[in-house]
Amino acid sequence: MTGRLEIIEEKCVGCAACLSSCPVDALSMADRKAVVSQECNLCGMCVNSCPVDAIVLHHVIGGDKSLSDYQGIMVVAELRDGSPDRSTMELLGEARRLAGGFRRVTALLACAEPGDSPKQLFHSGADRVLMAVHPALSQYLTEPMTSVLVRALEHDRPEIVLAAATTQGRDLMPRVAKIMDTGLTADCTELRIDNETGLLMQTRPAFGGNIMATIVCDRTRPQMSTVRPGVMKRMEPDHTRNGELELLPVDEGMMKGRTTLLEFIPTGGSEVDLTEAEIIVSGGRGMKGPENYPMLHQLAELLGGSVGASRAAVDAGWILYPAQVGQTGKTVQPKKYIAVGISGAVQHRVGMQSSDEIFAVNRDPEASIFQFASHGFVGDLFEIIPALISEIKRRRS
Amino acid sequence: MKFVVAVKQVPDTAEVRIDHEKGTLIRDGVPSILNPFDAYALEEALKWRDTLGGSVTVVTMGPPQAESVLTEAVSMGADDGILLTDRAFAGSDTWATSHTIAEAVRKITGVNAVFCGKQAIDGDTAQTGPGIAASLDWPQVTFVGRVREMTEENMVCERYVENGVQVLRVELPAVITVLKDANTPRVPSLRGKMKARNFKPVIWGASDLNLASEETGLEGSPTKVVTTATPEARAGGSVHRGTPQELAVIMADLLLGREDHR
Repeated sequence: MTGRLEIIEEKCVGCAACLSSCPVDALSMADRKAVVSQECNLCGMCVNSCPVDAIVLHHVIGGDKSLSDYQGIMVVAELRDGSPDRSTMELLGEARRLAGGFRRVTALLACAEPGDSPKQLFHSGADRVLMAVHPALSQYLTEPMTSVLVRALEHDRPEIVLAAATTQGRDLMPRVAKIMDTGLTADCTELRIDNETGLLMQTRPAFGGNIMATIVCDRTRPQMSTVRPGVMKRMEPDHTRNGELELLPVDEGMMKGRTTLLEFIPTGGSEVDLTEAEIIVSGGRGMKGPENYPMLHQLAELLGGSVGASRAAVDAGWILYPAQVGQTGKTVQPKKYIAVGISGAVQHRVGMQSSDEIFAVNRDPEASIFQFASHGFVGDLFEIIPALISEIKRRRS
Repeated sequence: MKFVVAVKQVPDTAEVRIDHEKGTLIRDGVPSILNPFDAYALEEALKWRDTLGGSVTVVTMGPPQAESVLTEAVSMGADDGILLTDRAFAGSDTWATSHTIAEAVRKITGVNAVFCGKQAIDGDTAQTGPGIAASLDWPQVTFVGRVREMTEENMVCERYVENGVQVLRVELPAVITVLKDANTPRVPSLRGKMKARNFKPVIWGASDLNLASEETGLEGSPTKVVTTATPEARAGGSVHRGTPQELAVIMADLLLGREDHR
């Protein structure tokens, strides 16, 4: 961290209690007041030792002027069932593109068993894999992974750090960015490096997708981003690609945390998570009841997609909240979004308007969803959806 | 137990209109509301206070008019509210915001847990909760769909992730961010409304929190927005009418593409 220690003279009573708390002897007494020397390493031990709260540790953003010492791009790999997740491969593809032939792309791999993950990371674009191996890293837990990433950043000093905007990335990265006293941009959908300044231009949707904001982190390093899964392009795996494998030393202290995993309950079914789905079949108020959802599941299964819902359907208790798309649910960006019996209120629209193609089935020709759907179908969903299912089956048989 | 709930006043994004020429939001006439996700965080804190005893303090950082979200929280049952307001806080990004709120939690002293909503609907970053935890060096559990148990020492949370649920026991004090799944927020009671009528928040500025100008507001924010633009408005395409069979054929053509053509 960067910062400065302030001793509030009016509060200091000259008790000298802080002197013995300092591990680097940076504190001394002058004129019955504590004073701090250049030796101070900002550890903060003295702050707690002061009985009158006269010592304050200030963080200072941008105190580190040696920005050019930071080089290369680091991708935080995320494992799913022991192998790098699809989102990690997308990050590597994007990192390669940003690297422009001269920046080195490092994948940080934290795991209990590497298996052939390093190889897969090389094939998908990593020049180097920095690997931390410890049994405690078999499942993602915030604190051990925070220690690993902080150590990796201190060791490597990358210019740019990318992680997927998954529940892992969005848990880990803000904690690490705060500790490193640097900036983080959430859920980016576009990244580029500005030719003039060399800064990472991070573009992301805000205000429910109504605005695209471009954000820079110009005074501190690394520049950190979480990136929305499913947006960046992975490279075609090149099985001849190889790279440098380096071990990041970890110790027991780093693996300690105040959180214990008691149990992991996997979600049943073969349906993929909505935010990663390429096709989503979503049902709204027009579905009339939970008994009608099986046809949406059937259609989703035929198309290799997942089932979503509008808030109305979730609030009515027809389907569980994880399926909810919209302002207070998930933001999704599939290739095809099929809205069935959904009117298209803005609260729903903000969660799905970035889909490549939107299909809408609704009985009401005035439904607002027809104003922005790519393909509208006016009619009774209870007739159209079964007819569509039979038609797909017929073509495939 | 002493609980803090960090809340935010946000423009209702569903009401926001866009100035497409300037690429900015038209905020005039847009209602300011309590961030919807924060209601679940507040309800969870109130619920556990009702079970275990103690107090719930709501904290918000914003302009003076952000007081209204504290009043709303008090009407729902919060015991008191603190408004962090100062010109020096203006322009804070998530680093500076979490840094400032963490200083307030420190100043309150003796806090057992901080509850935050999953994210705010304006910024959608979900970064402030973990940032507060990091500043305080407390553990964090994000995306909590259910708090199963709580004692003075720890709580057991269900953390909803992409492929399942992590059941985690976390030592207190800790920061958690709460999902909609956790509960149904209560409606203000008559007693709560009466209390809210006389409510005046405690107001803290930068000097109350010993914050230097370099560590909050614009100056203390490592990130900055350089441009905003509006995504191109999505234009509607063709709208088809016909018999269910006719529509099914058109839909199948579009969905399956060339590969499955008859």
